Amino acid sequence: MADLMEDRPQREAGLFRRRTPTQMVWRGLGYVVLTATALTMMAPFTWMLATSLKPLAEVQSGHLLPQHWKFGNYPEVIRTIPYGRYYFNSVFVALWVTFGQVLTSAAAAYAFARIRWRWRDRVFILYLATLMVPGLVTLIPNYWVLTKLHLINTYTVLILPACFSAYGTFLLRQFMLTIPQSLDEAAEMDGAGHWRIFWDVVMPLARPGLIVLAIFTFMGNYQSFFWPLIMVKDDYLRTLPIGLLYFDSSYGRETSLLMAASVMAMIPLIALFVVGQKFFVKGIQLGAVKG
Amino acid sequence: MTRRENNWPAALAFLAPNFLGFVAFMALPIVFSLAMAFTNWQMTESVPLEFAGLANFQDLLTEPRFWKFFANTAYLMLGIPVSIAGSLFLAILLSTKIRGLVVFRTMFYLPTITSGVALFILWKAIYNPEFGPLNAVLNGVFGLLGLNINAPEWLLSIAWAKPAIMLMGVWTAIGGTNMLLYLAGLSNIPPELYEAAQIDGAGRRAMFRHVTWPQLAPTTFFIIVMSAIGGLQGGFEQARVMTAGGPAESTVTLGYFIYMKGFEEYQLGYASAIAWMMFVLILVMTLINWKFGKSAFDVEV
Repeated sequence: MADLMEDRPQREAGLFRRRTPTQMVWRGLGYVVLTATALTMMAPFTWMLATSLKPLAEVQSGHLLPQHWKFGNYPEVIRTIPYGRYYFNSVFVALWVTFGQVLTSAAAAYAFARIRWRWRDRVFILYLATLMVPGLVTLIPNYWVLTKLHLINTYTVLILPACFSAYGTFLLRQFMLTIPQSLDEAAEMDGAGHWRIFWDVVMPLARPGLIVLAIFTFMGNYQSFFWPLIMVKDDYLRTLPIGLLYFDSSYGRETSLLMAASVMAMIPLIALFVVGQKFFVKGIQLGAVKG
Repeated sequence: MTRRENNWPAALAFLAPNFLGFVAFMALPIVFSLAMAFTNWQMTESVPLEFAGLANFQDLLTEPRFWKFFANTAYLMLGIPVSIAGSLFLAILLSTKIRGLVVFRTMFYLPTITSGVALFILWKAIYNPEFGPLNAVLNGVFGLLGLNINAPEWLLSIAWAKPAIMLMGVWTAIGGTNMLLYLAGLSNIPPELYEAAQIDGAGRRAMFRHVTWPQLAPTTFFIIVMSAIGGLQGGFEQARVMTAGGPAESTVTLGYFIYMKGFEEYQLGYASAIAWMMFVLILVMTLINWKFGKSAFDVEV
């Protein structure tokens, strides 16, 4: 698969070749459309950032930029609601889920991709079959069972059920299948058992796949909404999405504070995307094309 | 080599942690909820559990609100073909040896990356008819044109709330994952096909029709199937944050209906029945896509 990350060096063919006027008009139009789209994508974010730095009275002033810069909106959000607590909860839960999901998925993927055993394919089909069932189906019994076990309103309930993923297992199995089997055999000749092969041969080579799953899991869990909404009752356990939801319902007219809160919530996602962009593109193609 | 043939102790050791969680939180709950969809299962213990046969499903099929919420869900899904066409269009533009590919792609992907409660709060403010920027711009434009009309009230209006959510959905998805999939698909088309078409004197349109579109058919098929599955289940989060389902339940989707029945009214059996109806709808729609995809896209499935 061609790597989409770099501007491919096909340019030399295109750049110095003479183009007909029609071609140049088409190219120009292309840039116009792309730039217009980019502006449409950026406009809401620009407004959000500008509004987060305005005093409330200026929100509908008609000027995009603040007349009086008010950086104080950000500390005010943190004073008004336990924003730091929400932040911590979101990141803490998402990190544990990521750790748990990558580890259990990798081990299971190893069992499906590198070990031969009698029921392997049947069990794997069972995993695939559950991917077709809407997540809302399992939500209801899980809610009931975990409530009966008095686990509602705990970190455990936010972390533990999310640590097992059929999708993650599937993704990593696909990835591990691309690692040459001969490496395992060579290691086995040297007397390595499955434990050693898993940690010293397969895991290092599967690192791009692991990173992809880690990024997806972290981002998905950081944004997770339905589960924490029904499982958390106390303010101190709320994650950011739930905290923001209640902040919006009780401070709905404080637009500049809401925008400051939203900016802060988006920063980790944007940062992670910028850092891990390469893996994102790969992961999407891995999950789709080979699926 | 016999050790490698059926090495279940090793397999068990690696599989166990995942498998236990899989059984506890996925497999058993699925079976459990299917069984409970045929009962009057409620959260409160005062109501004894009783087998209800098909009653939940009969109630659902004769419940006008169920059909209304199904229609709401289908309405919101009308944005899907628009966003898919847009993703294809953008991917084609980006694949023409453009400068600044990475910059464009990053900006286009930003809405997808940030999609969630924070983004919905942002759009709720944008749509606000009193102080939101959208209507400030729209009314300004209408004024300049001398038109004596007011911009819609968006999320506060029964007629405009769904289009508003749909528009936001298109804005979010158009430069997102589908566009990346199309970009990957486009980069896999052998350049020889275009060269051959050029020699045959094909123009832009003919090349798109006879080379690009058929070559992208598997990608398009995959995108349609996945978007349809996601669309049928979706809509809860947006509506919960932006409209709380209103006005007059005009933005309540099937996913939201499950939330209302299960987690506001605690009728877990009834909510399970809705969830399984949703599963049937997904299955039927996927089968239609499959059948249609086979002939229309000539895909091996």
